[in-house]
Order: sequence, then structure tokens, then C-alpha cells
Amino acid sequence: MTDIPDTQTPDTQTSGWISHAVYIMRENPVTLLAFVLFAMFIACAIFGPALVPYDPLASDTSVALQPPSAAHWFGTDSLGRDVFSRVIVATRLDLTISVAAVAISFVIGSILGAIAGYWGGWIDAVLNRVLDTIMAFPLFVLAMGIVAALGNTVENIIYATALINIPFYARLVRAEVNIRRDAGFVQAAKLAGNTDLRVLAFHIFPNALPPMMVQVSLNLGWAILNAAGLSFIGLGVRPPTPEWGIMVAEGANFIVSGEWWLALFPGLWLMLAVFTFNLMGDGLRDLVDPRQRK
Amino acid sequence: MAGRGKTIALRVAQSIPVVIGVIIVSFLLTRALPGDPAVYFAGDAADEASIQQVREALGLDKSWPVQFALYVGDLLRGDLGVSLTTGQPVLAELSRRLPASLELTLTALILSCAVAVPLGVMAATRPGSWRDHLCRVVVTAGVSLPTFFTSILLIYIFYYFLGVSPSPLGRLDFMFLEPDRITGFYLIDSALVGDWETFVATANQLILPAVTLALFTMAPIARMTRAAMLQALSSDYVRTARAAGLTTRKVLYGYAFRNALLPVVTTLGMVFSFTLGANVLVEKVFAWPGIGSYAIEALVASDYAAVQGFVLAMALLFVALNLVIDISYSLIDPRIGFDAK
Repeated sequence: MTDIPDTQTPDTQTSGWISHAVYIMRENPVTLLAFVLFAMFIACAIFGPALVPYDPLASDTSVALQPPSAAHWFGTDSLGRDVFSRVIVATRLDLTISVAAVAISFVIGSILGAIAGYWGGWIDAVLNRVLDTIMAFPLFVLAMGIVAALGNTVENIIYATALINIPFYARLVRAEVNIRRDAGFVQAAKLAGNTDLRVLAFHIFPNALPPMMVQVSLNLGWAILNAAGLSFIGLGVRPPTPEWGIMVAEGANFIVSGEWWLALFPGLWLMLAVFTFNLMGDGLRDLVDPRQRK
Repeated sequence: MAGRGKTIALRVAQSIPVVIGVIIVSFLLTRALPGDPAVYFAGDAADEASIQQVREALGLDKSWPVQFALYVGDLLRGDLGVSLTTGQPVLAELSRRLPASLELTLTALILSCAVAVPLGVMAATRPGSWRDHLCRVVVTAGVSLPTFFTSILLIYIFYYFLGVSPSPLGRLDFMFLEPDRITGFYLIDSALVGDWETFVATANQLILPAVTLALFTMAPIARMTRAAMLQALSSDYVRTARAAGLTTRKVLYGYAFRNALLPVVTTLGMVFSFTLGANVLVEKVFAWPGIGSYAIEALVASDYAAVQGFVLAMALLFVALNLVIDISYSLIDPRIGFDAK
């Protein structure tokens, strides 16, 4: 019996969502811009390596340190590698790091937060103190320490970034679950014979998803900044792998001699990516909670 | 009012497990760092026996629980240990470098507030207008700028290209003498003794890193100002003030803004402690002799005591600041209690 409304409501909800999304986009051109940019970055990450004009690792010292030109849009670096190709190819690595890190913190944070919010008691108290402890650290330095301790690899950047983001998700889910654990629909679901775990996973948790999506979008930008910052100081991704943070760090050595394009273009690209995720987070917030806009 | 004392005591008690947790994690983290400090300490010419000797002298041959107990004992005496790379006590070095970081962070926050608060107020008075969108785009762009990139960009423009900034190496050009230490803040110290040349030189060195950090911190401040102002402007007392015929200016600044200030100040506290930890990259690029660059150098050299000292100091600062914010909040606004958790 419960199947009938279950299959019908998502349908009407989906079309409602789409029309609402279209409305938000029309109302707010900035959000539209963010989604267009996001699509471009995804395209770069997927098709970038196949589309770029040069091999990002191929050096050719005869064209070293050339300023931007028609042949090399973003110029060339000290080894004659094409900066444009390297910037585009790096998109995949940087996005992978941030998406993987955010996915891990999303899953772990959700599980911890849901358990603490639903059952409460000593689990809740312990979890809160543990999260407080993580939050008390200067987060970037904590990430630095973890990468330095575990070793200089891409996976460790992901783990470090994930760990410092877990508290944000766990807190959010805990709050969302906690306010609903005695709600009418939850009691109804329990009376209908669902187990606690099932009620938690399929009835309560989905309610926390909309605010989580906002958090995910904002976090993706932050994760990219974090990963690029770690690479910038030489922790994590290693040269000659194209990565935005490393490219800015390498370009920094040439900036005092006037070769500005080496650091500028990877830096701008990095900024644009973070900017996109931040604006998108704002846009999603509008979608999720129209009251926030007033 | 006995209840209030109790809630404060409870809040203080809650922060104790956090402090213990921080001590344990920073201990474990530094033990997991690669490299053997004994080898480092013994020097290049050391053989197995002398390395072992150094290891025993440092207490590194003991088991982790014993080392931890020794470490906590030292901490209780206020001893953070001795840095391996510089040979100086960590506590002395941190307190010598802290003013540099504080001066940078505070200047950045003042700059940031000077721009972000008016932006937030402007956005809140006309929500949904082009000004609101512009404000949102500007502050989002600011927070999206990687600080290490902004630093390099500013150095290129103002040092290399325009030539108006001094070389980005530390707090003061080597042509000038450090002002006598009174507060440790070069700006204040030089102003106190009336040495305006040094004051200007310090300000010149400070401005680029401070702008870098200010750009990064504008977003949370502007956002919180906007949200708090929106809430204040939709409240009953503002409606009453408007109905009573007060000028827009008076309503905006005399009533709404003063009430919106509390959450803004709270945000400022959070942003401050966050920035103090996050400015490691800026300090590195500008060769700023603060605690952030100290932490990076220590991490690269696997310098146990220095890393622990830094992390611990930052975490304690964070906990203390949060405690002060929470408590002052509950003193100002009696509706806020801690009974929920």
C-alpha cells in the first residue's frame, strides 16, 4: 500500500524541482554562470587530456619560457612545456582529489552523525568531543602533518583532506537527524515494523541531504584549495605531474625575473574552479532553502 | 543567577576533554613523522653507538606510553621541549614569533572588516539587487583566491612591475633596525618611540601579506553581516522605529546595525583563530618570521617538539577563544543556554 504514494511523490517532486531550479537560474544569473562553469570543468576533467594541443610532460628547451602566443596560449615553462596543456590536464587530478576527499568525509561524516543523532547518549557525547578535538587543530597544519607523517602521495592528500572535513558533515547530519528522531513520520515508520536502521537510513537520513549538498559544493572548492596548498609547499603531488599548486610554486621562482605567465594561469584556473564551487554552493542553497534568500 | 555560574563551569569542563584529545593527537602525529630525530641530532659523522646514546639522552628508546607520560609531565611544568633544528626552547621561540603572526593577522582582519562590513550592510539594505549580487560575487571571488597565489600575484605587481613595494622578505627591510621590543608589534613599538621612518617601513612590508589575508577573510564577515542585518531589519523594533518616523540612517545604524553586531563579532572571533592557523602559506611566501613559517620549517625537518608546540599552542588558543565567545554570549544574552548539550 505504501508503494503507491512512494512512487508518485518523487515524480511530482522532480518536476517541481526542475521548474524551481529554472526559476532560480532565471532569477539569479550568477547561479546560472556557476553551473555553466561547472559543466566546463567537468568537460575539462573528462576530455581534457584528449583535447590539449601538446603533451603536458613533453619538454622542448628550444621554446623554453616563451610568453603567451597563438601557438602556446598560456606560454611555456622553463623546460618548454606548454602551460595551457598542463593546466587543462591538471583539472582531472585536482578534481579527483577534491571529489574523492569530499566523498569520503561525506560517507564517514554521515554515518557517525546519523548514529550520534539517532541514538544519542554516550555515543553522541564521545563523538562531539572527538569532533571538537579535530576542529581545535589548525586544519591546514593538521593536513600538513598527516601528509608528512603518512608519506607524500596523492592518496594521503585525499585522506588528510577528508579527515579535516568530517566534522562539518557529522555535525550537520547529527543536527538534522536529532530534530527528526521523534517526529510523527518516524514513529509511524517504526510502528509499521521497520527496524531502527531502516528508519534511520531510508526515512530520516534523506531529509538531511539537501543541506548536505550545499556543504558538499562549498567543501569541494575548499578541498581543491587545500590540496593545491599542500602541493605548493611540496607535500603531496610531486613534479613533473601537472597540478595547479605545484605549477604556481614552480612559477613563483620565475616571477621576480618577469615570467608572470607561469604562475598566473594555473593560479587563475585554480581560483576559477574554487569560485565555481563556491557560487554553486550558494546557488544550491537558494534551491534548497528559498527562505535564506528573502 | 547560580544557574549561570553552573552553566559556565559546565562549559569549561566540556573543553577539558578537547584539550586532552589535542595533546594525545599531537603526540601521536609527531611520533608518526618520518625521520629519526636521534640521527638528526647526533650529526652526520655519528656511528651506531653515538646515535643510540643520543636516543637514550632524548628518551626516545622508551616505549610510547612512557614517552607520553614524560611529555605530559613536561607540559604541566610549562616545558614544551627544545627545537631540534634551532636548539632553542620551543616556548621561547613561539612567544618570540607570535607577535609577528598576530600583527599580520590583526592588520588583515581590520582591513577585511573595513571593506566587508559596509559591503554586508549594503547588500542587506537591498537584497536581490545588483549590489547584492555584486557583493556576493566579490567576496566569493576573494575567498576563492588561493592565498599563496594572491601573495605571488601581489609581489609581481607591486614589487616587480610597479616597484612600489620593498622586497618581500620578512617584517622589516634590512636597512632598518628592529624597534625596541615593547609589545612585539613593530607598528606599535615604532610609533611609541616616535620612529616614524621605521613605522612606514614596517607598514610597507606588512601591507601586501595583510591584503592577501584580508581578501581571503572578507567572505565570512560580509556574509554574516548581511544575514544579521537582514534579520535585524525585518524585526519588530525596526518596524516600530520606521513607523515613528526616524531617518533611514538612524534606523540602519542606530538600531539595526547595533543589534546585528553581536553575531558579527562572534564570527570575527572564529575567523581570527582560523586565520592565525591558515596564514602558514602567506608567511612562507613573504618569509614572514611568524609561527606559521616556524611550523612549516619544523614539519619539513621532522622537528617533534616544535611541531607539537605549535599545534598545541594553536589548539589551546582556539579552545580558549571559543570558550570566551560562548561565555560572553551567555552573559550578554540570557536566552542562550548550554543545557541542550
